[in-house]
Amino acid sequence: MSESKFRLAEVPVPHLAESLVSATVGTWLKQPGDYIQQYDVLCELYTDKVNVEMPSPIEGRLVKILVGSGETAAVGDPICLLEVPESAEAASAGASGGPASQGDSAAAIAEDSTDQSMRGRYSPAVQRLAAENAVDLGRVKGTGFGGRITRKDVETYIAQGGAQAAPSGGSQAGAPLVQTPAVPQAHAPSAPAHQPSAEAPAANPYRPEPQIPVRSSGIHLSQNPPTPLEFDANSDSRGETFIDVTPIRNTIASRMRQSVSEIPHAWTMIEVDVTNLVTLRSKVKEEFMRREGINLTYLPFLLKAVVNAIKDYPIMNSVWAVDKIIIKRDINLALAVGTEESVLTPVIKKADQMNIAGLALEADTLTKKARAGKLSLNDLQGGTFTVNNTGSFGSILSQPIINYPQAAILTFESIVKRPVVIQDMIAVRSMVNICLSLDHRILDGVICGRFLQRVKENMEAYNLETKLY
Amino acid sequence: MAVITYLEAIRSAMQDEMQRDENVFVLGEDVGKGGVLNATKGLRDLYGESRVLDTPLAESAIVGTAIGAAMYGMKPIAEIQFADFIFPATNQIISEAAKIRYRSNNDWSCPIVIRAPYGAAGGGAIYHSQCPESVFFGTPGLKMVAPSNPYDAKGLLLAAIRDPDPVLYFEHKKCYLSLSAEVPEGDYIVPIGKAEVKREGTDLTVIAYGIAVHYALQAAEELAKEGISAHVLDLRTIQPLDVEAILEAAAKTGKVLIAHEDNKTGGIGAEVAAIVAEELLYDLDAPIRRLCGPDAPAVGMNPPMEKFFLLNTDKLADAMRELAQF
Repeated sequence: MSESKFRLAEVPVPHLAESLVSATVGTWLKQPGDYIQQYDVLCELYTDKVNVEMPSPIEGRLVKILVGSGETAAVGDPICLLEVPESAEAASAGASGGPASQGDSAAAIAEDSTDQSMRGRYSPAVQRLAAENAVDLGRVKGTGFGGRITRKDVETYIAQGGAQAAPSGGSQAGAPLVQTPAVPQAHAPSAPAHQPSAEAPAANPYRPEPQIPVRSSGIHLSQNPPTPLEFDANSDSRGETFIDVTPIRNTIASRMRQSVSEIPHAWTMIEVDVTNLVTLRSKVKEEFMRREGINLTYLPFLLKAVVNAIKDYPIMNSVWAVDKIIIKRDINLALAVGTEESVLTPVIKKADQMNIAGLALEADTLTKKARAGKLSLNDLQGGTFTVNNTGSFGSILSQPIINYPQAAILTFESIVKRPVVIQDMIAVRSMVNICLSLDHRILDGVICGRFLQRVKENMEAYNLETKLY
Repeated sequence: MAVITYLEAIRSAMQDEMQRDENVFVLGEDVGKGGVLNATKGLRDLYGESRVLDTPLAESAIVGTAIGAAMYGMKPIAEIQFADFIFPATNQIISEAAKIRYRSNNDWSCPIVIRAPYGAAGGGAIYHSQCPESVFFGTPGLKMVAPSNPYDAKGLLLAAIRDPDPVLYFEHKKCYLSLSAEVPEGDYIVPIGKAEVKREGTDLTVIAYGIAVHYALQAAEELAKEGISAHVLDLRTIQPLDVEAILEAAAKTGKVLIAHEDNKTGGIGAEVAAIVAEELLYDLDAPIRRLCGPDAPAVGMNPPMEKFFLLNTDKLADAMRELAQF
């Protein structure tokens, strides 16, 4: 027993939300052999509702992965085994767990029988049985707490036919006591001192993990293309590779299909001159970085322009409900955030109550959370109108699918310098396209035209006097 | 027989009985699209909007409507979305439904079933986790059942629908998807008012209902390895209590542990303890013990508090071991 310094502990799938019963393991971020601190992220977990990073509930060395990437496990099932120093476990488990597991119930009874404080306390059941069967309780061995004679003791005594069991029981009880409790007590205090000093440094828990910076703005075109897929020459797959559909991919697929099949989409686009906005941004962005610590993009300016236009045309902020159109009072802007693998639409709640700086901060927070896979369910709910910053991946024209069940979705394309005719003169201006897909059951061309005109006016009205706060 | 979940067993009871009896209908918040917990999923497609009624968010109106329909000869099944929201309907349940037979001198009855998903499934915080049974417990005229497994879930719901008096049907949310078992496809009932011995034992008796039965059985399995033999009684009906079964189970070992998730003070366990104490003094070999939720409103919105508040197999095993060794 003194040899076993380690114990294997299972790490189970946590209970993530009320109706979830299983989760799919995404990428394992730790590998067997790694030493893991408590709360270190072990792996990604995908569910129908949320994707989360799974923090380790305990400290220890990862020994074995039980559920590989892409496999599904039920809530409570172990996903990996950690080797935990016995001492650390005993310290955290406290009094109840440790010693009890060492002695079996026989030892526990033997231990109790030193204490005879309950020897003379008879329960009603014991008294009745003793009276009915003329048993002398002084001769019955007590196996209960504090040497108490239990009802079962009397029943056993009667069943065995009386006196003969008693004396041998008494002498037997004395012998094992001395040893049994002594072992765990001598052993326990010495163990904790060894473990951390001997084990932890060897495991090198401080091996720094490569920090991947989380992008807060667009996916840049300069980024290298991902490594091409490797085809297994030996397999039968005739040059095809199968990619398992992740739960999030499945959700995206069904939402997109639902939107396209239920909503009659129409599309329109407008051109906006953002030269003044470009000047404004380059003037204030360094100050903003100093003050807020984040990069000021064009997006918050667009969001503000869109929110103000929605205030003028609230029908844009509505939902088709067959016999009614429901107009939402709060303007909750959903923001499409793409990664290589998926697209998510975190929501800026009550965007109508925020100024440009507030929108910038909120958009930055949500984007970082989305890219890090840390969005909560709450972050994704309640959107009433969606904005997609398609310009961030270089698009100049796109035809978005409405984020069901909203009424419209707007995209903000790349800003490009173009020759433009102004008052019969040619000027070089910063121009941008803004596209809108709309639910033609709710909205028609005229209202959308007016809405886009208002967005355009708002965007072109930005100048050096515009206040961010 | 098919293996189905506790939730499917509940749905299958409603579906079977709606098929069999055209007076049976379901009403509640969002029940048309299946309800937020999916108990009534698909029923509207089978039986139409007039028998799967979506109601306003007004529990008092849900139960009041059900009572009116019942007195007109219908057999309504009223769904309270979460048992936590049953309190606005308390006046209808206690002042009206429970008293109709008595105050009409047996001329009228009120055959309604009120389904109340109760208990903590984790992550639900106080308004999606409560156990309100003690609020209604002790109200004459009300029956209350709380199945612990899929077989009883179906059999008790069928019995509840056919019962001529109001029945509160407490279904534990944690059992919904976590418990599956073989359930007969046909018609059968689990009689209201009858407890069931789930495990025979000689060292101590555990009396429980709902999810606690499940924990007690798991703990009994563990303790068997240590040589402790536990007797487990599932109350199944919590009003009227099966006094005979309680006394028989308690007398068997003389050591009684009562376990439930609801708060300790004034809970079902208090009454069970009183019944045992009144009738069985000379069979008792240890003080009657209760292992229940603490007297706090319900679980908090964090795992450590849930762990502290809720019963589990380890807590049952510890309490059972301690009582066995007394």
